Amino acid sequence: MPRKGRPRLAVWKFASCDGCQLTLLDCEDDLLPVAAAIEIANFREASRAVVEGPYDLSLVEGSITTAEDARRIREVRAQSRTLVTIGACATAGGIQALRNFQDVEEFRRVVYARPEYIATLATSTAIRDHVPVDFELRGCPISKHQLLEVITAFLDERVPEVSTESVCIECKRRGNVCVLVAHGTPCLGPVTQAGCGAICPAFHRGCYGCFGPMDTPNATSLIPRLEELGMDRGGVERVFRTFNAAAPAFRAASDSVKEKPVAP
Amino acid sequence: MDELSVGSKRILEREDFPRLLAALTAAGYRVVGPTVRDGAIVYGDIRTEEDLPIGWTDRQEAGTYRLERRNDTALFGFNVGPHSWKKYLFPPRERLWTATRVGSSFDVAVEEDTGPPMAFLGLRACELAGLDVTDRVFDGRVRDPGYHARRARTLLIAVQCGQAGGTCFCVSMGTGPGVTRGYDLALTEIVGPPHHYFLVGVGSPTGASVLRGVPLSPATERETGAAETLLAKTAASMGRSLNTEGIHDLLLTNMEHPRWEIVARRCLSCTNCTMVCPTCFCHTTEEVPELSGDRVERWRRWDSCFNLEFTQLHTSNVRKSPLSRYRQWLTHKLASWYDQFDTSGCIGCGRCITWCPVGIDLTEEVAAIRSTVAASPAVGGHR
Ligand code: SF4
Ligand code: SF4
Ligand code: SF4
Ligand code: SF4
Repeated sequence: MPRKGRPRLAVWKFASCDGCQLTLLDCEDDLLPVAAAIEIANFREASRAVVEGPYDLSLVEGSITTAEDARRIREVRAQSRTLVTIGACATAGGIQALRNFQDVEEFRRVVYARPEYIATLATSTAIRDHVPVDFELRGCPISKHQLLEVITAFLDERVPEVSTESVCIECKRRGNVCVLVAHGTPCLGPVTQAGCGAICPAFHRGCYGCFGPMDTPNATSLIPRLEELGMDRGGVERVFRTFNAAAPAFRAASDSVKEKPVAP
Repeated sequence: MDELSVGSKRILEREDFPRLLAALTAAGYRVVGPTVRDGAIVYGDIRTEEDLPIGWTDRQEAGTYRLERRNDTALFGFNVGPHSWKKYLFPPRERLWTATRVGSSFDVAVEEDTGPPMAFLGLRACELAGLDVTDRVFDGRVRDPGYHARRARTLLIAVQCGQAGGTCFCVSMGTGPGVTRGYDLALTEIVGPPHHYFLVGVGSPTGASVLRGVPLSPATERETGAAETLLAKTAASMGRSLNTEGIHDLLLTNMEHPRWEIVARRCLSCTNCTMVCPTCFCHTTEEVPELSGDRVERWRRWDSCFNLEFTQLHTSNVRKSPLSRYRQWLTHKLASWYDQFDTSGCIGCGRCITWCPVGIDLTEEVAAIRSTVAASPAVGGHR
């Protein structure tokens, strides 16, 4: 059946670098069909024209780091029929969630000349921690292909085909030689969700975990292997503390190496 | 030269090897075979003999693979790598059909195989046995049109292994290292010194016909004897072994064995073992619609029993735990495969052991289960 009407899309930004929103602009050849199928009613990166809500589909980028944003996301939710979060910031708190492991009050005092101007929360949290989310699209940045799939699925009123399997399966489908097994390079692919197309192993680098934990990650088994391959405990802690540091499975992984007593 | 008869053996001198490649190309084949890429021996297009891993070998252990230099110039002096021939017959991603909207209906265009016939150069005995397994899966009671079309036109040039890898166990599975049937040509490379040559066995009339124009000489007893000695040496140096006696019942009557829990703690559910296995055939299909909604493509891609989503049903999942997924894989491969396809699903190539990031070894898992089971099930045979 041909589709009816032209749903209205809004794109929202919270604490983030804009990279995921730009993925939408980066859809090049597909951008015109997107614009034909949906009305881009609110997208500051693309146009200053703003159409008032409510919206049929909201794409939300960024994490919640201030009390004001915590309030604004509830407004966005109230105006959106479907709300999809995009990127590691929105789905896991992003790199800025490293603050969750530290004393933010101390940063404020030490870093800023006028700490009283800084209004910030002690944590950076995922949108899901504040309002109900209909779908989470992972990645730092997200994949263009998956973003188009999410929009197409929305138009067709079906569940997006976005897999929660490991990066390893993409790596193998692509025909990459495993850098962990063949080069002895530590790689997070076995515990990371697919979606990037296993880009890093294709360029002889271990996976950095940009898409966050896969559906059943077993970091407890992978960590001793990473150590065997020469990563020290600090290295393991750091590799799990990047864009998805606060994703529960990665957080547990980095905490687990921290808690181990240091060998004499 | 007269057409060679099936079963005959000839000698191809090392320096004449390019003539064999030329004959294959002249006969219209796309030659694919082993080649060095990114620190491993993978399968790719072979245009000249320089594309082959001349003087290279592989060292394999559980979870480790290293490409190393040989101290000779063997063309086939290694075992099997991360790729298997299934990538050609059952590609990792394949478009099956495209549907296009026409008024209030739609047209479906089914994908046709239009590529040239392929020549697989360098199949090992275990891999030939693997083709027999995938033939039963894709070209038996149920026929997959793509697999069938490609397989029917593929020429199989086997190579008998001159050495066994650290994770090989074809002797246990009865699949190697000797090549016994199902090939068009079978080569045994004798590196020397002083004499570097190939003993060529003719396995089919097609195999015989591609040899037309390739300089060959009769094989003496000494040369066939050298090939046999080499093969016996390979058979005696298997890196692994697996006792298959009564394995069907052994596994299927031990579904609650504590060993599953132990291996599940190590298993990453990463799917690597199933991706590299030449006989794992699980796949899923995906509809890829155009944004306009006027055109949709159906794609098939490799899937795995280690994926949670693989057993996602409408409201629940039948294999939530990694334990149930590892158990499904091993019991299917080594036991219920017999019920389904009348053969083992394992051909003893060792890939799943080498390419598991944490080095899980199925031969070790089976041995652990067997060691705790008092007497192995009565009679011989795999049941
Ligand atoms: S390189 Fe990394 S992602 Fe690829 S198969 Fe190996 S462990 Fe998995
Ligand atoms: S189960 Fe392992 S050893 Fe057996 S055929 Fe598959 S990859 Fe090879
Ligand atoms: S399992 Fe046997 S046939 Fe296969 S590569 Fe090893 S030695 Fe060769
Ligand atoms: S057995 Fe190894 S390769 Fe297979 S899913 Fe488990 S960890 Fe991955």
